[in-house]
Amino acid sequence: MASVRANMAGVVARVLVQPGDTVTAGQEVVIIESMKMEIPVEAEVGGKVTAVVAAAGAFVNEGDPLLELADS
Amino acid sequence: MSVHEEARARAETARKGGAPRYHEQAKGRGKLFCRQRIALLCDPDSFVEDGLLANALAADLPADGVVTGLGRVGGRPVAIMANDSTVKAGSWGTRTVEKILRVQETALRLRVPLVYLVDSAGARITDQVEMFPGRRHAGHIFFNQTRLSGLVPQVCVLLGPSAAGGAYIPAFCDVVIMVEGNASMYLGSPRMAEMVIGERVSLEEMGGARMHCTVSGCGDLLAKDEGEALALCRCYLGYLPGSCGELPPVTDARPPSPKRPVEAIVPENQNAPFDMNELLGALFDDVFPLKPLYAGEVITAFARLDGHPVGIVANQPRVKGGVLFVDSADKAARFIWLCDAFHLPLIFLADVPGFMIGTAVERAGIIRHGAKMIAAVSEASVPKLCVVVRKAYGAGLYAMSGPGFEPDCTLALPTASIAVMGPEAAVNAVYANKIAELPEGERAKFVAERRAEYGADIDLYRLASELVVDAVVPGDALREELVARLDLYAGREQPCARKKHAVHPV
Repeated sequence: MASVRANMAGVVARVLVQPGDTVTAGQEVVIIESMKMEIPVEAEVGGKVTAVVAAAGAFVNEGDPLLELADS
Repeated sequence: MSVHEEARARAETARKGGAPRYHEQAKGRGKLFCRQRIALLCDPDSFVEDGLLANALAADLPADGVVTGLGRVGGRPVAIMANDSTVKAGSWGTRTVEKILRVQETALRLRVPLVYLVDSAGARITDQVEMFPGRRHAGHIFFNQTRLSGLVPQVCVLLGPSAAGGAYIPAFCDVVIMVEGNASMYLGSPRMAEMVIGERVSLEEMGGARMHCTVSGCGDLLAKDEGEALALCRCYLGYLPGSCGELPPVTDARPPSPKRPVEAIVPENQNAPFDMNELLGALFDDVFPLKPLYAGEVITAFARLDGHPVGIVANQPRVKGGVLFVDSADKAARFIWLCDAFHLPLIFLADVPGFMIGTAVERAGIIRHGAKMIAAVSEASVPKLCVVVRKAYGAGLYAMSGPGFEPDCTLALPTASIAVMGPEAAVNAVYANKIAELPEGERAKFVAERRAEYGADIDLYRLASELVVDAVVPGDALREELVARLDLYAGREQPCARKKHAVHPV
């Protein structure tokens, strides 16, 4: 199990994956909007998306979990 | 044995360093003997040593655990200190400290860079009265480092531990190059931390090279092995003069051959991320980033423009939107002091939404760290060229050497946008009450109209007409414009007999 975490405080603008998708390390998986900028969030490790913790529109702080991943 | 043979024999013994088993141990960890390190750092056969016979009468302390002397790097003289980890783990005794002090004084006298090849367990506690508290003891090393700072470049290549007091040698250098897996830097060891505060932590987590190059900011460059670390050191010195009494060395121009033109690299949509490194690659002959793994929202790099060394401060929209944070302001401030001390002109490439807001950064002191960066920008007397690539909002404009900070020029790409804040935030700030009073159905139209008005108010050609920017330069003409201007501004900077200021530890 691993989490993809917010790299900056802001609002989740778009979630680019859904549960069941397989992601690779370095893949952009979420876009956060903060300070009027689109901030891409990459998965640090690969895995299968098991849950979207923060959906579009949610406010997040730096370090908050956005997605949960399971080893694929 | 003749007296000459004795001299040769004693020197040969001292040059061998510690017992063979310590050489084997070091080799097993991917570590080179300190004399091999010096050979890799210096031009062939250029090293001349002082104090080889320090402590020669003690059987087990060849050179007292440190090699000091002068060599050449890229044809220019440098002073070198190299700990010998095969001799009592590179720890410091009385003569070790005296040798380090003397090589510092040599660098001071000759005005040459000083490279510290650090691999040391710290003080020999058994010898403390002779090496710790006094006038010419360990503390004086750091005093000398501070006096040398800004006068000559000081580089630390960290190849093993630098523990407790020893950890301050890297801390007072201008740049610290760390070998992943072997370099470490800490005040108290994991064992001490467990005894004192009950913390169980590995050395790598607490003071390893990767941690320092990504989290603490104590490290500047992470090298995969010693060969790479020493090559980075040579490359770094190639951008700098030998001291503040010289100007940086000029080399042949090597125009870049970018995959895409500048006009295709920079998106017009202010909010869309792009990779600033691609733009740097299209503008400069070469780019040598410092602290690339730390506070990546701002890029600090040495570079050459038409063969002339310069310092780049560029926002990176690809990381955290290019917003300035505590660590990025800190990183930029120190880099600006470094460039200013050694006469590297500064080129600012602004694409910055401003400084970060919110409780977390206020508690971390973002205002004073931002002020530190803006103070460094203000103080810098080297040529300063401000290029507004896209947005430069709020105090971000000031931190990136906007017009109020007396840059030699403020150039704008046609994609530039300069304002207190972006249109969306501005309309919300000015008309929040009015928007709330409007019926739901009328709000979108009202907001769109106000944004259009705001956009017209900060239109780039209005700013050019008001002389806020000195020129609007199409992307593909930017390199030539920078080359021409840098050449014309060169007279602003002269070598100085006295240092301008230290490269302050921040």
